[in-house]
Amino acid sequence: MSTTTHVDLVDYDDAVARFDPVIGIEVHVELGTRTKMFDGAEQSFGEEPNTQITPTSLGLPGALPAVNGTAVEYAIRIGLALNCSIAQSCRFARKNYFYPDVPKNFQTSQYDEPIAFEGFVDVELEDGTVFRVEVERAHMEEDAGKNTHVGGATGRIHGAEYSMVDYNRAGVPLVEIVTKPITGAGERAPEVARAYVQTLRDMFRALGVSEARMERGNVRADVNVSLRATPESPLGTRTETKNVNSFRSVERSVRYEISRQAAILDAGGSIVQETRHWHEDTGITTAGRVKSDAEDYRYFPEPDLVPIVPDRAWIEEIRAALPELPAARRRRLQGDWGYADAEMRDVVNAGAVELIEATVAAGASPAAARKWWMGELARTAKQQEVELADLPITPAQIGALQQLVDAGRINDKLARQVLEGVLAGEGDPEQVVVARGLGVVSDDGPLLEAIDAALAAQPDIAEKIRGGNLGPVGAIIGAVMKATRGQADAGRVRELVLERVRA
Amino acid sequence: MSTLSRDEVARVAVLARIDLTPAELDRLAGELDVIVESVARVSEVATPDVPATSHPLPLSNVFRADEPVAPLDRDEVLAQAPAAREGKFLVPQILGEE
Amino acid sequence: MTDLTRLTAAELADRLTSREVTSVEVTQAHLDRIAAVEPAVHAFLHVAHEEALATAADVDERRAAGEDLHALAGVPIAVKDVVVTRGLPTTAGSRILEGWVPPYDATLVERLKAAGLPILGKTNMDEFAMGSSTEHSGYGTTHNPWDLERIPGGSGGGSAAAVAAYEAPLAIGTDTGGSIRQPAAVTGTVGVKPTYGSVSRYGLVALASSLDQAGPCTRTVLDSALLHELIGGHDPRDSTSLPDPATGYVAAAREGASGDLRGVRVGVIRELQGEGYQPGVLARFEESLDALRGAGAEVVEVSCPHFTYALAAYYLILPAEASSNLAKFDGMRFGLRVEPSEGPVTAERVMAATRGQGFGDEVKRRIILGTYALSAGYYDAYYGSAQKVRTLIQRDFAAAFEAADVLVSPTAPTTAFKLGEKLDDPLAMYLNDVATIPANLAGVPGMSLPSGLSDDGLPVGFQILAPAREDARLYRVGAALEALLETSWEGPLLGRAPELAGGAA
Repeated sequence: MSTTTHVDLVDYDDAVARFDPVIGIEVHVELGTRTKMFDGAEQSFGEEPNTQITPTSLGLPGALPAVNGTAVEYAIRIGLALNCSIAQSCRFARKNYFYPDVPKNFQTSQYDEPIAFEGFVDVELEDGTVFRVEVERAHMEEDAGKNTHVGGATGRIHGAEYSMVDYNRAGVPLVEIVTKPITGAGERAPEVARAYVQTLRDMFRALGVSEARMERGNVRADVNVSLRATPESPLGTRTETKNVNSFRSVERSVRYEISRQAAILDAGGSIVQETRHWHEDTGITTAGRVKSDAEDYRYFPEPDLVPIVPDRAWIEEIRAALPELPAARRRRLQGDWGYADAEMRDVVNAGAVELIEATVAAGASPAAARKWWMGELARTAKQQEVELADLPITPAQIGALQQLVDAGRINDKLARQVLEGVLAGEGDPEQVVVARGLGVVSDDGPLLEAIDAALAAQPDIAEKIRGGNLGPVGAIIGAVMKATRGQADAGRVRELVLERVRA
Repeated sequence: MSTLSRDEVARVAVLARIDLTPAELDRLAGELDVIVESVARVSEVATPDVPATSHPLPLSNVFRADEPVAPLDRDEVLAQAPAAREGKFLVPQILGEE
Repeated sequence: MTDLTRLTAAELADRLTSREVTSVEVTQAHLDRIAAVEPAVHAFLHVAHEEALATAADVDERRAAGEDLHALAGVPIAVKDVVVTRGLPTTAGSRILEGWVPPYDATLVERLKAAGLPILGKTNMDEFAMGSSTEHSGYGTTHNPWDLERIPGGSGGGSAAAVAAYEAPLAIGTDTGGSIRQPAAVTGTVGVKPTYGSVSRYGLVALASSLDQAGPCTRTVLDSALLHELIGGHDPRDSTSLPDPATGYVAAAREGASGDLRGVRVGVIRELQGEGYQPGVLARFEESLDALRGAGAEVVEVSCPHFTYALAAYYLILPAEASSNLAKFDGMRFGLRVEPSEGPVTAERVMAATRGQGFGDEVKRRIILGTYALSAGYYDAYYGSAQKVRTLIQRDFAAAFEAADVLVSPTAPTTAFKLGEKLDDPLAMYLNDVATIPANLAGVPGMSLPSGLSDDGLPVGFQILAPAREDARLYRVGAALEALLETSWEGPLLGRAPELAGGAA
């Protein structure tokens, strides 16, 4: 039963002006192996309940665990990507606690000997500030099953409430990544928390260790928050908000806890060290149940499993095969493309990195690619309220468009019309050019006629030019462009004008 | 003489999820001493310089290939469950769970 | 006609191979024997008449069709109820598992089935293998065929008694601190605890994972070797399973049976004799040593000073691991579910009520001890220190095996005690295991075989220990001693056991 009581909150800006927030984040990622951590039960999302179970994942008497080697490799990949040291030797332990979704009533996890430890992640905030988050450890463990509460009258048997348990998820491999206390973020703590989780999500995908879909719970975050008077003060008592499952919620829940804790401290109260639950709908956290036997997990080394002593050569092999991580890739591309920091940041924030990369690959210069995606197309996307990537145009089409410009077949003005045609579904740039008859007039004959007409129409200007004053040439060019409805190459027109007056 | 109180046994029984009768609590309070005596005994020789042996035969890096095996038959498994519904195990509600 | 139940497994195998008898005849003979003596012995918790006869008929058919069969095909076997058997009730002697029919087979059961051994049934045991007398079974005690007023040993009293009472030629046991060897000693049979990791633990209802090991219970050393080769060998489902193939045991037993032990050094463990050992036990032990000397073995004395700490370490390790292994018995997914007599019905309370009612006293006792030993802050001092003692015991073994090829001791300090005699004295009960526990802590293999009758007319066991992975030595020395002693006795020791009422051949 949950009780609703009034909760005082301090305005966020006020809270961070007077308190120094410290956060800590535990991220769980479900590994995308074919089978579970300790047995050969297949694992995939959305199967019929209790169809992916073996004696081991169901915790039946007599069943034993056997470590999935691929899961270990994935864990090492993650550890290396987090700049961690990989343990010389590590082992599993039993974390003993009774809960119906934990089939053995202990979770097989790593306790005092994680596979990876002492690393860091550089997290880039939206304004380009890079914040380093220190990682304490990354360890392997197994997921629990899923409980569904049976509500209402149907959930009552002999007057009791019931839950239904599906063990398909029980035993799915997890890696848990624990940060050291994140200090120094100040008012940006919520933003740092969000960016950290997002950076990890992108990393998991790049590493190919997980689909990392937040909405499926592939990645889950527990966020610790505490406040202290000043950065010099000792750490305050923390709360842990469990299972915050979207980037936005990570940020919001940290903001909320900061405001809530500040109010308690302002009122002279003290923070209770507890687990709290985030409520997406109302945007608040509430206290979880205090377990009487919490913290007494009676850890001891799992006697059914033997130590893991990763061969150094194996680790180096994994390291060598690591794909380029998002941050490194961004740095590399920025160098290749010659963008300024601010330009690159805008590109990243607009989600245009892949689009520009593909456009360059299709033959456009990096500058031209950026001009199209961050200019005309960004405006169009904004107007239509869609993501850039969702516009009905491909990087290959932009590449083809730019090549038409570079070849002098169309000019910038025509190019925008071609773009409009492509977005309107009229086909590839070449097709639009043909269909709309937008080719640049490249035959000198019609141009010379137009030039002669323009010079005749404006004799005073013609006179000035002949006298060596090239300033007014533009007026003649403009008249020619108008006469040819823009389908002339302005450079060529200029050349012809000069030839004409000097002749 | 019992060094471990009845309260201590009661605390441990909660951790171990076993309902004990008052008579059982009394009896076990005396018997936990065997643990204390054993600790005293092993402490005579379990000095810091002695490494611990967790496995009688030292093996390491025993890994399984990431290949699926046939799952258990759900009906067969649920037939052995105290209660089941809609392909799931039916269990009493967990206290405090929503 | 020969009473088929009096034949050894090797003899039955020969007669089956030569088609002198059929498996159905052999299996039926044992089922008849079970029906006759079970009221007195109560070795079985479940007898699988139909399944056993079906397997026997199938084997006979395949043999008739000329199929190449395993040497033991058609020889029936009894399986300790701690071993999971698909389609046959498995309770581990506990009420909390009453009526549970597992949906899978233990690896060793798969191997028995693949080799065509009819499974006669599941044998009685102390609940979850906690005990040395089978008195802690949730389903009544088993009686020693030598004297029905006495214990058959434990925890595997059912398997040992079944073999001793000719209800089965072969049985499977498990040994965590002596549960194969001590019952063998007090029933005048042979029992082998293989090297830790020799036989897969997959499908054994775990007591203490780092100590448990399954092995053969038989009437002869050769039969144990035959069964060990069948059930042993690597299993990828048990991460602590050794990569070694289980071969060479039968050959070693046959070699030993020649009675020649020249060049073999036998080490007598100084710490496992003397005070607390019955005079009759010690006298039979000395006679066996004489026999070994007579066969050319060199008998030396070795010292294993840390064995005196073994019991204390065992008290810490076993309950700790057991408390965690037995957590899964909670009334949620299988087995018994008990609702609390009053108050709200929540998962927590149902778990506690189920465990409070479903577990027997000894199980509760050890779970409480183990939970305490692991609970906040005690781990290092308790479980951690006990693991250090394991190291010291391993070092003792290593040093002793420098001086001797095998080590020997009486298997148990006394012969079978009377039912109920030590039930209220757990410490006295544990002392039974003092000679057997060091092998479990160190993972080394051990065998018990009969060395004669004590002054009370009850069997005495002789224990042989070998270095890890050198199980073959047990079979060689054991078979030699067996041959020498049986020659002096003019037949197997079991031949001197009294006939059981209803079971006269």
